[in-house]
Amino acid sequence: MDVKTGYVAGRLAFRGVLCRISGISTAAHCHAVKKHSCETVFKFSQRSLYQTSTPGQHRWFCHNSTPGQHRWFCHTATPSQHRWFCHTSTPGPHVCIVGSGPAGFYTAQHILKNHKTARVDIYEKLPVPFGLVRFGVAPDHPEVKNVINTFTNTASNERCSFLGNVTVGRDVTVAELRQAYDAVIMSYGADADKEFGIPGEDLSGVYSARAFVGWYNGLPQDKHLAPMLDTDTAVVLGQGNVALDVARILLTPLSILKITDITDHAAAALETSQVKTVYIVGRRGPLQTAFTIKELREMTKLPDCRPLLDPADFAGLEDKVKSLQRPRKRLTELLIKTAQTGGATAQEAQRLAQATKEWGLKFLRSPLEILSSEDGSRVSGIRLGVNQLEGSDSSARAVPTGETEVLSCGLVLRSIGYKSEPIDDTVPFDSQKGVIPNEAGRVTGCKGLYCSGWVRRGPTGVILTTMTDGFETGKAVVDDLTTGILQPVGGVRGQEWIQPLLQKKGIQAVTFEDWNKIDSEEMMRGEKVGKPREKILDVKEMLQVAQS
Amino acid sequence: MAASVLFPASARLLSGLRHFSRVSRAATTSLCRPQNHSLSTTARHFSQPTPRTEKAKVTVNYVMRDGSTVPVRTKVGENLLDIAIENDLDIDGFGACEGTLACSTCHLIFEQPIYDQLEEPTDEELDMLDLAFGLTDTSRLGCQVCVTKALDGLTVKVPEGVADARDV
Repeated sequence: MDVKTGYVAGRLAFRGVLCRISGISTAAHCHAVKKHSCETVFKFSQRSLYQTSTPGQHRWFCHNSTPGQHRWFCHTATPSQHRWFCHTSTPGPHVCIVGSGPAGFYTAQHILKNHKTARVDIYEKLPVPFGLVRFGVAPDHPEVKNVINTFTNTASNERCSFLGNVTVGRDVTVAELRQAYDAVIMSYGADADKEFGIPGEDLSGVYSARAFVGWYNGLPQDKHLAPMLDTDTAVVLGQGNVALDVARILLTPLSILKITDITDHAAAALETSQVKTVYIVGRRGPLQTAFTIKELREMTKLPDCRPLLDPADFAGLEDKVKSLQRPRKRLTELLIKTAQTGGATAQEAQRLAQATKEWGLKFLRSPLEILSSEDGSRVSGIRLGVNQLEGSDSSARAVPTGETEVLSCGLVLRSIGYKSEPIDDTVPFDSQKGVIPNEAGRVTGCKGLYCSGWVRRGPTGVILTTMTDGFETGKAVVDDLTTGILQPVGGVRGQEWIQPLLQKKGIQAVTFEDWNKIDSEEMMRGEKVGKPREKILDVKEMLQVAQS
Repeated sequence: MAASVLFPASARLLSGLRHFSRVSRAATTSLCRPQNHSLSTTARHFSQPTPRTEKAKVTVNYVMRDGSTVPVRTKVGENLLDIAIENDLDIDGFGACEGTLACSTCHLIFEQPIYDQLEEPTDEELDMLDLAFGLTDTSRLGCQVCVTKALDGLTVKVPEGVADARDV
């Protein structure tokens, strides 16, 4: 057997194949199989056995010193659970990524591709990967989730590990990570949301769009949201793509939604929803909307739904349109067209006339107060201040005119953006901008610390913006490693250094193989009910499936 | 011993399956529309003795981000995204949504005479192109352009960045 064969077997052990083939269930057996692997695969190996103090936990290391070093270890947490790792401890830098959303995965992808020995460990607080691709992207946009295939390829690289169910800042500190890794990248995104700070924001029936999205997408923390949908009118505050997403989900016929991976509880609640009209309210005008044309076009094509746009809002824009840049120009043209026509063809006109639901855009309105019903039990309306614009085009400012009006509604969704929060005292944070201060992804004044994605740039843009961003941060890390700005340290590093800390705290990190089990289970449950996937909503249940 | 024989085989099987699922997904979801008959010279003549597989090959030249040109032989009817993927062209982030008109990462720039020969893009394609970085008057999404015999030898340029321009 040569080293190359050992390497291949190592890769497979890393992917969990060895474990499955051996079908072992006791620690003693595990030892025997490991011995077999070592002696057949690593011909000139020295094997040593370590037994950790916690009963039931065992580790085996195997060293092969020629011509590269290979290290294996397996620990069993309970007799039926086995984790296998293979590390080639040829001196390669260890890189840690905090957060497994698109920013984390795209950064990892760039580093693994452009640095031939770096190992990348991706930490995630939930047992499941992919962040907002799983929990943010609307269920009726499955095509956007195709990026998961690329992320899965990245995760299957033998130099990449996923450590789910580990909360950085609680289970392990940033300081510990910086000790264990040569480079640490913050890509934990923006999981808080902005608030208006107006009276009535905490009334029943007022929700953040972030929580509403989390509710229909199966984010464990939002599963109990139970939004009040027993009202005919909903108001979405904000005019970005998330605002259009939540409006669309509220208005889309259930026959379309129930064949997506929308959560079961959301589908059931939407089935009995009384919402017929959704107003999407923005503080500025039609030339300042943040949503993009694809999402707007979807609204215009919603079955059984008609647009309520006031042509007066678009008066005078036709001349201005010609001088706009192409994206804004096409978006504005679509708005004007939607506002003016009652349907381009007779068929379309009939469709709109027969529609039972409607959506509208309200411009130049800022919420001043959310009004309560007489008994105080829930929201009954919203008092809006009328604005006028000061300045030009995209940078125009909304200035109150002093005029107000009341819009009756029974549901309010606040969708004015996400914000990042500081993770730890040791990481600089610009609370004004809500980002980690950085230069091209390098955290200001902290050698070896990087950031990527929303926590670096602020919570705007789509997955593609984050891809570019991730690649840029990845490049900064690779450049610093190759130019010697970062000097990798030898010895026990990376997750081998971190794992004992986690074990001491009784935390079982979820590997990518474990995620594959959760993934298969979810797809199997989905298949039974005619959906691509039925998401598991409970962290405990995710862990049970992972360890099965 | 048996195990070490098994492993490389299963490794190949695994990676093979992954590749297959990706390609087949892209192929089934790509929205390649029927080619314009006035342009197509691939009208079927079943009586011709030449095997169809031979006559249905064309060359596409990809000008990569580093300026190099990679010529690729491919079958008529394939789209420019699938061709790049199947030939392992190394373009970072190319085809993130796998040809489903949900991103603009397969943005390619055409030469004017070739661009003029192509069918008009749909509104949905233009919507995504609006977000492409470095948009030009002869930009298209690779997943929406299928090669025809008439396009044999065409050259497409991969733009330098993949960032989109949602903040405009």
